Amino acid sequence: MAGKEHQDSDAGEAGIPAISVRGLTKVYQTARGTVAALRGIDLEVPGGEFFGLLGPNGAGKSTTIGVLTTLVKSTAGQVKVWGRDVSTDPIGVRRRIGVTTQGPNFDRYLTVAENLEFRGRYCGMPGRVARARAVQLLEEFDLADRRNAHVHQLSGGQAKRLMIARALVQRPSVLFLDEPTAGIDPQTRLHLWDVLRKLHADGLTILLTTHYLQEAEDLCERIAVIDHGQVLACGTLSELTADLGAETITTVSYDGEPPPRLRDLAARDGIARVELTDRQAHIFARDAAGVLGAVVDVSTQAAVAIRDVSTLRPSLESVFLALTGRDYRE
Amino acid sequence: MTAITMTALGTDTDTDAGARWRAFAAMVVRDIRVIKRDSLTLVIRSVVQPLIFVFVFAYVMPNIGQSAQAGPYASAYATILVPGTVGSTMLLTGVISVMQPLLMELTYTREIEDRLLAPLPAWAIAVEKILAGAIQSLLAGLIVFPISLVVHAHGFAPSIHVYNWPLLIGVAITGALFGASIGMLFGTIIDARRSPGLLAVGLLPLTMLGCVYYPWVALTPIHWLKIVTLFNPMVYLAEGLRASLTPEVPHLPVWAVLSCLAGGSLAAGGLAVRLFLRKVVL
Repeated sequence: MAGKEHQDSDAGEAGIPAISVRGLTKVYQTARGTVAALRGIDLEVPGGEFFGLLGPNGAGKSTTIGVLTTLVKSTAGQVKVWGRDVSTDPIGVRRRIGVTTQGPNFDRYLTVAENLEFRGRYCGMPGRVARARAVQLLEEFDLADRRNAHVHQLSGGQAKRLMIARALVQRPSVLFLDEPTAGIDPQTRLHLWDVLRKLHADGLTILLTTHYLQEAEDLCERIAVIDHGQVLACGTLSELTADLGAETITTVSYDGEPPPRLRDLAARDGIARVELTDRQAHIFARDAAGVLGAVVDVSTQAAVAIRDVSTLRPSLESVFLALTGRDYRE
Repeated sequence: MTAITMTALGTDTDTDAGARWRAFAAMVVRDIRVIKRDSLTLVIRSVVQPLIFVFVFAYVMPNIGQSAQAGPYASAYATILVPGTVGSTMLLTGVISVMQPLLMELTYTREIEDRLLAPLPAWAIAVEKILAGAIQSLLAGLIVFPISLVVHAHGFAPSIHVYNWPLLIGVAITGALFGASIGMLFGTIIDARRSPGLLAVGLLPLTMLGCVYYPWVALTPIHWLKIVTLFNPMVYLAEGLRASLTPEVPHLPVWAVLSCLAGGSLAAGGLAVRLFLRKVVL
């Protein structure tokens, strides 16, 4: 396996990040006025990294990936892929990236194999080379027996695999995946994760957007948490959770609103923060000991019944909660 | 899944300009492959409507003595009909072959993204679509021409002869481009959910009032209509074909035909490319 070969010469230059985003802003003009989808995004992804953009639906992930892949025009900011500016050199960028968008936007008039063949031809391969590349990718992505099928005959998992195969036709040095596993069954998702891990092990730089916490935790080396068009935090999973200053997160569920006086617990030694949401209290503590007793005391005083209690290690979910004060809903 | 190999098959040495041309050529190849595969659809779509019109006007009417041109003039009528039929088929094919897929690609399937990721500017994608539509339009003309020559009442054969090859080729190419450009324009303007309505509301008057079944000069008794039809692109293609196939039938001057077909292509095509860019570059 020759992983480095899909990075072209400029990819290896020291100091040039694979992806660099500075102050990216996107404002859409709609009938009801202007909508700011991105409000100053900054990101830097070094070559070879598996990077995740995590956020709830509508956070601005797809718009960010749209600008990076030249499909969406930015309102302001500088966006570069391997040092090439997406607004001044979109063709240079397109020749170095592979993209899967959210929906299956295949060529409906062509077969599975032809969809790969023509991606290769659009990217400058002679017909014979493009057909050989298509055959090779169909084998690698377990689609060889569907080569003459029409794209609408593929199952959800097959379609996702074909999208990734199509993105790899021209041997990109950066792969952009917009919600690659949205809407598919858990088993197919695990299979796709294996595919992506293998691609990353080969040296491919991957930027993936996802609204699945688990996906970001399991696959990505670094994660940017994004909400309302802004990057709230960026780092490795352990960096992000370390910033919480807590070893455990105790979640207490109530039938109604949690007692507001729970907030006072944050002043106690060993408790880093307290977040109250609709029907839950989340207590971020260095040590779970003593937290439960205090919670029970406050709840009893407020005459509120506790429905359920759980204590977990910090995760991306708790990072999101701490950053936004909201529960993360997938 | 076996190993995902990434070994390069060729070296990436060509320039961006070379890449643009190859992407453009590849899209033409793609469209030709799809046209070939759907050739039966193209034939049916090109033939059925004109065939029925030619059948009714050039066969049924003369035989039942209902046509205004029955009797000794029936043959002349068939002669008028042939260029009109070929022209209307070409224009409608140009419009529909670009408009129909585009409406889907821009909305429901977002298939256009597949093309937008190719290494060429978005305007070139629009130009390629117009070019592919023009190719289909020309093919439709080639299919329908011999049929319209053959279908007529006994003894009322149309008198058709190519008097001016360069003019015929010029009219056919500019007319095909005009139709495809209009298709691109409709494809970018229309709301995809309303397109069936447009076919009925827009395309029927285009044909019926496009000097397909009568030469433009024949409208002299209805002066206002004679002026209004000058805004119908169909008129120029039908009259242009008359000028090259049946010059003895009175027709619009050649300079007017060619400048309107070429100018119309540029105007409709230019506007369509602009609207296309507005739709695809988000």
